[in-house]
Amino acid sequence: MYDTIEQFLSSNAIFTLPTLLGYWDGLVMTVQLVFLSLIIGFFLAVPLAIMRNSRNLLINRSVWLFTYIFRGTPLLVQLYIIYYGVAYIEGIQESMFWPIVREAFYPCLFAFVLNTAAYTTEIFRGAIAATPRGEIEAAKAYGMSYSQCMRRITLPSAFRRALPAYSNEVIFMLHASSIASVVTIVDLTGAARDVYAKYYAPFEAFSFVALIYLCLTFCLVFGFKTLEKRWHAHLRPLQS
Amino acid sequence: MLDLHGYGPSIFAGAIVTIEIALLSLLVALILGMLTAVGRLSGSRVGNAIATAYTTVIRGVPDLVLMLLIFFGAQIMVNAVSDWVLDTYDIEYYININEFVAGVTTIGFIFGAYMAETFRGAFLAVDSGQMEAGKAYGMNKYQVFRRITFPQMMRHAIPGIGNNWLVLVKTTALVSVIGLSDMVRLAKEASGAVHEPFKFFIPVAIVYLAITSVSEIGLKLLENRFNAGTVRG
Repeated sequence: MYDTIEQFLSSNAIFTLPTLLGYWDGLVMTVQLVFLSLIIGFFLAVPLAIMRNSRNLLINRSVWLFTYIFRGTPLLVQLYIIYYGVAYIEGIQESMFWPIVREAFYPCLFAFVLNTAAYTTEIFRGAIAATPRGEIEAAKAYGMSYSQCMRRITLPSAFRRALPAYSNEVIFMLHASSIASVVTIVDLTGAARDVYAKYYAPFEAFSFVALIYLCLTFCLVFGFKTLEKRWHAHLRPLQS
Repeated sequence: MLDLHGYGPSIFAGAIVTIEIALLSLLVALILGMLTAVGRLSGSRVGNAIATAYTTVIRGVPDLVLMLLIFFGAQIMVNAVSDWVLDTYDIEYYININEFVAGVTTIGFIFGAYMAETFRGAFLAVDSGQMEAGKAYGMNKYQVFRRITFPQMMRHAIPGIGNNWLVLVKTTALVSVIGLSDMVRLAKEASGAVHEPFKFFIPVAIVYLAITSVSEIGLKLLENRFNAGTVRG
């Protein structure tokens, strides 16, 4: 087993151990970026989605404006605005945030978080709005307060309803994260670009990374399918 | 008034390039998508296998990676061909892959896969009795498609096409990465020269917002047109 791998690694010029380690580092960076943006984006999106469903026009409209702007412009432009713009905010270079935002990672994470929060907010908004009226009335009849009803009734069923759309958003985020390579971050795509630059072998470099992304996507699809089976067990037709 | 330091006209020209790329790649995507959807539903084993592989692989890989793969990969392939021509026939012949063509084909190729899924769903949504009735009237396959299937399918396909179009417009920003002088790239160059990123990127973002907003209105009108004659519940 080891011999064959070693033989393979030494018999070709491009896919040597350092290259593969480069891809591995890229994979770690991609997973980190995607995971962090999704988690933070999720926790931003839940309150935003509740606000988006509010009857207060001011709250509702201001959240709508946020999602409208972030869903209506390319992520690349958002990333450029944040990445290049942050250095020009007055006084930032003297503030305590400068060592953090000076690296590409945090501005990039910030852009990703805002972007995914905007999409996720709209997904959850739809799911919350689709809560059957009877469920809320029943909760009220039981004497639950607004927040109790939200926590016990509305949100759990809304998450369930949102799952298929949310899984698409997760895959979209994985694919969108390749944009990070444009602002000097060495994620999977960045690693592939390094390999391309080093060996001038675009086919090998980019097909290999495409394969990795494909595997990641399949894993995500499979994971969400399993989750859906669990969470939507009550919706499955009875097996005869 | 907004002072763009003389970069205004070039960014405007970039906006035109962006719209051109978006519209042309939409055309490519619609044609490819229709062909692929027909391939998937044709019942031919080979057609189905090719179409399924195409839609699965394309939708599983990031747009940027595909764009880099096709753009740089195609250049290497063309170089290999021209080397071979030089070696065998002693003719010096060199093609440089045009970024514009590469961008349009790549985006069209990517969104063809998404369109194919939309069209497939829409075809399946048309009641098969309709097609049988067409056949019973003595129409041939092509007539059934043009008169019966297509108009009814479009009603189901328009919302999906609209969503794909909105994503496609935003994806065109990526062509700036492979060196095409679209709006985003010009804004980046200008902001690099003048050191004022907000001044250039925010107008660009507004142009994108305008394109998506106008498209949404246009799509509503199209939807109404193709929904004519259906009773809404």
